[in-house]
Amino acid sequence: MANEISKEGRSLLDVIAETGKLPEAMNLRMNGHTCERRVSPNIDIKNKEDKPGIDVTVKPNTIGEVISIPVVITDGDILDKVYNTIDIGAGSDVTISAGCGIHNDSDSCSRHDGIHDFIIRENAKVKYIENHYGEGNGSGENVLNPETRIEIMENGVAELDMTQIEGVDSTIRTTKIVLHDNARIIITERLMTSGNQRADSNIEVIIDGENASAQVISRSVAKGNSVQNFFMTLTGNAKCRGHIQCDSIIMDNAKVASTPKIYAANTGAELIHEATVGRIANDQLTKLMTIGITEEEAEDIIIKGFLD
Amino acid sequence: MNLLEMKNVSVDIKDDVSDKSILKDVSLEFQSGKIYVITGPNGGGKSTLAKCIMGIMPQNTGEIYLAGEDISKLSIVERSKKGIGYAFQAPAKFKGLKVGRLLELAKGDSGNSVAQTLRDVGLDPDEYLERSIDNSFSGGELKRIELASILIQDLKLALFDEPEAGIDLWSFKLLIKTFKRLNRFTDTCIVIISHQERIMEMADEIVVIDKGKVAQKTVKNKLLSILNNKDLNKCEMTCCEGGELCGERN
Repeated sequence: MANEISKEGRSLLDVIAETGKLPEAMNLRMNGHTCERRVSPNIDIKNKEDKPGIDVTVKPNTIGEVISIPVVITDGDILDKVYNTIDIGAGSDVTISAGCGIHNDSDSCSRHDGIHDFIIRENAKVKYIENHYGEGNGSGENVLNPETRIEIMENGVAELDMTQIEGVDSTIRTTKIVLHDNARIIITERLMTSGNQRADSNIEVIIDGENASAQVISRSVAKGNSVQNFFMTLTGNAKCRGHIQCDSIIMDNAKVASTPKIYAANTGAELIHEATVGRIANDQLTKLMTIGITEEEAEDIIIKGFLD
Repeated sequence: MNLLEMKNVSVDIKDDVSDKSILKDVSLEFQSGKIYVITGPNGGGKSTLAKCIMGIMPQNTGEIYLAGEDISKLSIVERSKKGIGYAFQAPAKFKGLKVGRLLELAKGDSGNSVAQTLRDVGLDPDEYLERSIDNSFSGGELKRIELASILIQDLKLALFDEPEAGIDLWSFKLLIKTFKRLNRFTDTCIVIISHQERIMEMADEIVVIDKGKVAQKTVKNKLLSILNNKDLNKCEMTCCEGGELCGERN
């Protein structure tokens, strides 16, 4: 844990790991190694013994604590694959920040594959914030392939807020959720791509529990020649409610594909999928122009509002 | 001096499938501090007239002067900065853009209060400022926010395209009150496209647009007596010799 955080690393942390509160527990991973770690009486963090990654254990009934586990990559030509297991004790209410930032000035690819396995135990509540960001002046690609698997036990609640709005050349995002009785999940995903970037997002929610509910809101903006693919799958195996809303704004020569699948295996399952892809509506631009805002500013305001 | 002067303005729509004249040689004058109601049959060119003044549908021929300055070639944004505002008949919805943000943007340098303007249109700021202007709003709520986005500006000329369309009775009463207040406390020239008798009753002057032409411009009492309180939209109107309006009932 002796690595010193570079200036670029600090700047990335400001972008990806800001939760508005000093975390009680944290683990900073930089260029493939743990760089800083802090634990609290209620939250333990240990290295995995068989593979790279950490085990985060939150004691039952831990209330109001923040856990920050950011990853920073400032070296080029790096492939960092990491497996994190996060166990949230019953009755807890915690916030977890787990962003990844890449600063790549090299001409080689920098890639981080972060695999997160969560278990959210009975009556626990988690807010999970994931902010992905890339920058750098080299020609090397910034690649982020996060995989998030969450099992929510009875009466558990998870709120996922996942954002990737700049500088990631290629991403394949995989999110898989399993809900038990009375469990609830709210996923908000925000994506923006430009240039020749490519983003795939695969979200699968399986509702196994009675009276469980899932809400997935995905909003994206595709600019330039970028390509986005969304695969949203919602399965209801019990009396439950699920709603996926997937909206994309398309600009320039970008391409967006949205593939929905809702599968009900129980007559009590109420599942809805809504998806839209379209350019910024002319009436929105015209309205803003009639209050003195230029077309370029109006586009910017509409996109920021849409992704907010 | 006239605030706004339209001289021989024509608007044509030309594309692959049609070549249509929407406004034909329209000349009109509007003065500060007055209320004008533009009325007439659907498809007669009323909305095009207002959009032409705002720059949304620029004229093909003719000129428009604002306080003596030729604004014919100015963009929508430039006309907005000169003090012209436009309330849309069907206000735009914005996924994500919040009411407070829209009103802050519309406010510009006017110094008017966002919260007070919302109260003026009957909306509680605590409830509405942080809401995004999307499908969760009713037609009446959208109209009120549209109205607020006009009231918050200090305008020389405010154009309202069928403000009564799609609103409930309670909102309609508020709308009338709002126009009266705007007229009483500011020097803004108010131009309203409407079919509503109660809105026409507020007018200093009523302009009838039919088949792309000014069929009549007169003080309200004269027109109202001609129409005998009937819905203008159901009337076939033509401009007769001497400028008198012929109301032919359907």
